Order: sequence, then structure tokens, then C-alpha cells
Amino acid sequence: MLSFLPHFALPPTPALFAQLLIGLINGAFYAMLSLGLAVIFGMLNIINFTHGAQYMLGAFCAWLALNYLGIGYWPALILAPLAVAAAGIVLERLFLRHIYRLDHLYGLLLTFGLALIIEGVFRQYYGSSGQPYSIPSELNGAHDLGFMFLPNYRAWVILASLAVCIGTWFLIERTRLGAYLRAATENPVLVQAFGINVPRMVTLTYGFGAALAAFAGVLAAPIYQVSPLMGSNIIVVVFAVVVIGGMGSILGAVASGFVLGVIEGLTKVFYPEASNTVIFVVMAIVLLAKPAGFFGRAA
Amino acid sequence: MSGMLSAGLRLRETGLSPRWTLILCGLLLAAAIAGPFVLYPVFLMKALCFALFACAFNLLIGYVGLLSFGHAAFMGSASYITAHVVKVWGFEPLAGILAGTAVALLLGAVFGWLAIRRQGIYFAMITLALAQMIFFVALQVKFTGGEDGIQAVPRGRLLGVIDLSDTFVMYYFVLVIFLIGYAAIYRTIHSPFGQVLKAIRENEPRAISLGYRTDRYKLLAFILSATLAGLAGSTKSLVFQLASLTDVQWQMSGEVVLMTLIGGLGTVFGPVVGAFIDVTMENYLAQYGSWVTVMQGVIFVICVLTFRRGVVGEIIYLAQRASIGRSQAPPPSAAAQAAPGE
Repeated sequence: MLSFLPHFALPPTPALFAQLLIGLINGAFYAMLSLGLAVIFGMLNIINFTHGAQYMLGAFCAWLALNYLGIGYWPALILAPLAVAAAGIVLERLFLRHIYRLDHLYGLLLTFGLALIIEGVFRQYYGSSGQPYSIPSELNGAHDLGFMFLPNYRAWVILASLAVCIGTWFLIERTRLGAYLRAATENPVLVQAFGINVPRMVTLTYGFGAALAAFAGVLAAPIYQVSPLMGSNIIVVVFAVVVIGGMGSILGAVASGFVLGVIEGLTKVFYPEASNTVIFVVMAIVLLAKPAGFFGRAA
Repeated sequence: MSGMLSAGLRLRETGLSPRWTLILCGLLLAAAIAGPFVLYPVFLMKALCFALFACAFNLLIGYVGLLSFGHAAFMGSASYITAHVVKVWGFEPLAGILAGTAVALLLGAVFGWLAIRRQGIYFAMITLALAQMIFFVALQVKFTGGEDGIQAVPRGRLLGVIDLSDTFVMYYFVLVIFLIGYAAIYRTIHSPFGQVLKAIRENEPRAISLGYRTDRYKLLAFILSATLAGLAGSTKSLVFQLASLTDVQWQMSGEVVLMTLIGGLGTVFGPVVGAFIDVTMENYLAQYGSWVTVMQGVIFVICVLTFRRGVVGEIIYLAQRASIGRSQAPPPSAAAQAAPGE
């Protein structure tokens, strides 16, 4: 075990910034995915285990559209989330709505089963290896920032994910629709009595959450490869992020996503052996110090 | 937690009289002893290991109402330790099993200590995340052999005398281990300790107000469950003479949930039935690649939507309804009887 001890020599600056950037990118995906989980949980009281599969579906939609229909990255960025949202709405109507009365745990098990089905089908047809998806030509190249090279596509991912996160926050916290949504989270029966169609809102919320995951998937396609396993690999980490941040607040989910991504990136610089596990270790520490999570309401 | 439990857990265990229970147990034991003469022994041993694993898992979900999504960590780490101790250190198999089980116990103590701070779905997510950490450790640490795992683990001689490389001898050894584990679970459930666990499952605030330190009970149940899952994992590594990443992967944690769900959450014998069903299914579908995963997903969905009592839970429910119908007596607790049907 002694060989595992970190040697705290400061790495050269470019390497540090490069890992910091990778951390930010990973953090962007954690943020978008935990945001979607929090939105769905708020409205449906279900932990959406299918979220990883929907992220994978988004990436695969983009890949399939490119290879079979010749639809490029930019249209796919809109179309793939719409397609996955439509599939999500079908799932909600067919399956999820039957279990709202039951314990939350059944929601976890049901969406876990759905994730197994989706993943299994894709693994059967596309194997476990990744398919490459090239960066759109507009975003090729990189900028020299003086201290490091910033690839354009990575800058775009960070900006796009920030825009999506802030947009979602604005939608939920600052608009009338969002006010209905928050009210229905608190007391669905009362909101329904005011003449608002709560079941439809629940359905659309699930569709929206699925679309968020798919959007993240399309963004991820050129960075990571498009693989049937990409969803399940990331979803467990996102769960840890959600435990750390708590699901009570939108900004909390986004902030903890980015922060943990950066922590992971920095760990890769100073102590690479632990980079896979550092988020789980942080989770354990947070559980000891602040069992409800940083932004969580007591669950 | 009450929703999870309304899925049939409030039913009495069996509607059978003690004499019939004894006869049924005798028949099952006879079947277990005659098993390897009829069926492929390695298949039976695999099923028994998974049955013990599922029973250990069910102790938590069925009797304390805690859904652990990380039980693969206990099974997997115990199997690695046993394989290493037996193969590299050359210990005899029983010592290897004890070492693996002890490590699962320690791991369970740490995981439980962390995870019981949160309830419900958070508990599930925390156990899943902690187990994933163990997976990455197993992937990186040298002694586990990475992707290859620890292969060609010798079964050795039990206590230096009994040769376990004989498949039949090994089968009865596994059967004895299973029975010991099963008896431990049965005793736990039917002890005063088990009654407190059920009280926590039904209404934790009330149990607290009655003066029970529920966190201690939950932690103890968690450790017991982890230990027995480890026992199953240690035994499995000797049966297959292999410890690999499959045993620590989260898919394994999902599979044990599935087995328990099929057989019946919170029924003593349900997980055994579920494990046999799942292992049989895997055996027959193995040639179809990822369709096994799809099939497991489909069963998950069906079980959650329409079959929440599971096979054994359903049988008990039907038997009880029949006996109530015969006696024409009003049901002992109408609400509890109606709830599972919801």
C-alpha cells in the first residue's frame, strides 16, 4: 500500500490546467445529469435510474442520425432530446404512473429494470465498445490562452451546460410555469383543485428530465465515445453527487456537480490512483459531517 | 417505509400447521440431499450460493425495510479474500471462508455505519456508491488480478482431511454452509431482535419513542446481512475456483434485488426460490448474450408493476385467502389483507 502514497511534487502548470479542464467538463455532465434527477425527483418522487440510459440514448440518437440519416451535430442537439423526451413520456404513461402511490423504492426498482432493458438491447446490437463521433467542424481547433490550449469544443460544452442549467433554474424558480411546478411538488391535490392538470405536468416533467439527460448525451458524444455502457458508468457517480448535494435545490445540484468534477480532475493530477474513487470518498465524508447533504432537506 | 411493506410482508409467514411445516421442510431437505444425483451439481452449488446471498439481502429489505443496492461489495470482496488466502497463502478452505466472511463483516460495519445516516432511496444510492468504490479498488489493487481475477483457486482439503475437489463432497459442504446461514437468518427473524427489526420497518419513529435505539438495530442487521453475503461470496469462489470482477459489479447488486423480488420480499423462503429461478434463467439464456440483461429488466418491470408479492408471497397470500374463505371467519386484519392487493 505504501507505493500508493502520493508524492506531492507540484505538476507542471499546463498539465494542471488540462486536468482542471477535464474536471470542469466531467463536472458539466454531472451537473446536467444531477439537475435532471433533481427535477424528476421533485415532481415524481422517483429516483430515475433510467437517467443514465437516457443519456446514452441521447448520444446514440445523434450517432444513428448522423450515420443513417445524415443529420449533423447541430440538428441532433435539438432532435435527440426531443426524441428521448417523447420516449420518456411514453415510459411515464405506460409504467411510472402506476407506482406513484407506492413506496419510492419501487420507483427506483422499476426505472432500474427499464435501464437494464434499454442498455441490454443496445449492447446486443452495438457491443460494449464505443463508436466514434466527430466534433462538428465549426468547433474544431483550439484557442491558445497563454497558459494552456483550450479546445473549442470543450469550451462549448461548458458554456452550453451552464446555459442549460441556468435556463432550467430560471424556468423553475422565476416563471409562472415553474411556480405551478413547485406548488404541485408541495401539494399536488390542492394545485389540482385550482384547475391545473397535475398529471400532465408530471408527465411533461419526466419528459423534460429525460430531454436534459439526452442533451448531455449529445454533448458528450464527441468527447467520450458513444457506447451502450456510457450511461451506467456515469449514473452511479451522479448518484453520489446527488447524495452530496441533496436534491432539495436546483442550484445545489448544479454547483455540487461542477465542484465534484473539478475535485476529480485535481485528484487526477496529484494522486491519479484515487481519481475513480474520490467522489465516493467525498460522499462518505459529507455523510459523516452533514448527513443531509449540502443543499438537502432532511429525507 | 410502509408502502414497500404493504407488498405482502404483513402476511403471516405461512398458513401451515406445524406438522405440515415439518413435513415440507423434510421434503425440501430430502430434495436438497438427493439433488446432485438428479441435477448438475455445479448448477445446484451456484444456486445455493446465490440463495444464501439473496436471503442475506432479504434480511435487510424484507425485515428492516432497507434497500441496499451495494451488496455485491460484500460478496465480491469476500470472494477475493478467500481466493487469495487459499491460493496464495495456502490456507485450508474453511480458514479461507472465515477470512473472507470476516472481511465482509468489517466492510459491512463501515458501510452500515455510513449508510444508516440516511433513509429510503438515499440509503440505496449511498450503498450503491460505496459498492462502486469497492469495485474500483478491486480493479486497481494488485492482488485481485484486475480483469483476469484470481483464477484456478484450489478447493483444497477441508480441515486437512476431506478432499473438496470431489464435486459431490463439495456440494454437501456448500449445502451445510447454506443451511447454517439460512438457520442464522431464520433464528434472527424469529428472535426478539427480529421483532424489533420488524417494528422499525413498520414505524421507525414509533420504535424510537418506545425506547429502542433503532440505529443500533439497523447497524447490527446490516452487519449480519453483509457477513452472510460474504459467506456466500467466499463459498462461491471455492465452488467456481474463481474470484472476478463480476462479483463486485453493481450488476450483481441489481441481480440479488431481482432474485429477492421474484421470490418474494420479506418471505423467509422467497429469496431461495428467486435465486433458483434467476440462476436457471441465466443458464438457459446464457447463449443469447445481452438478452439475459433485457430479460432481467423485463422481469423487474413485471414484478414491480403486477407481482410485488413474488412467487412465495403470492402462494402464502392465496393459501391464506383460501383458509379464510373456508373458515368463514372475518379476516384477522382486513386492512392488512387488502393492502397487498392494491
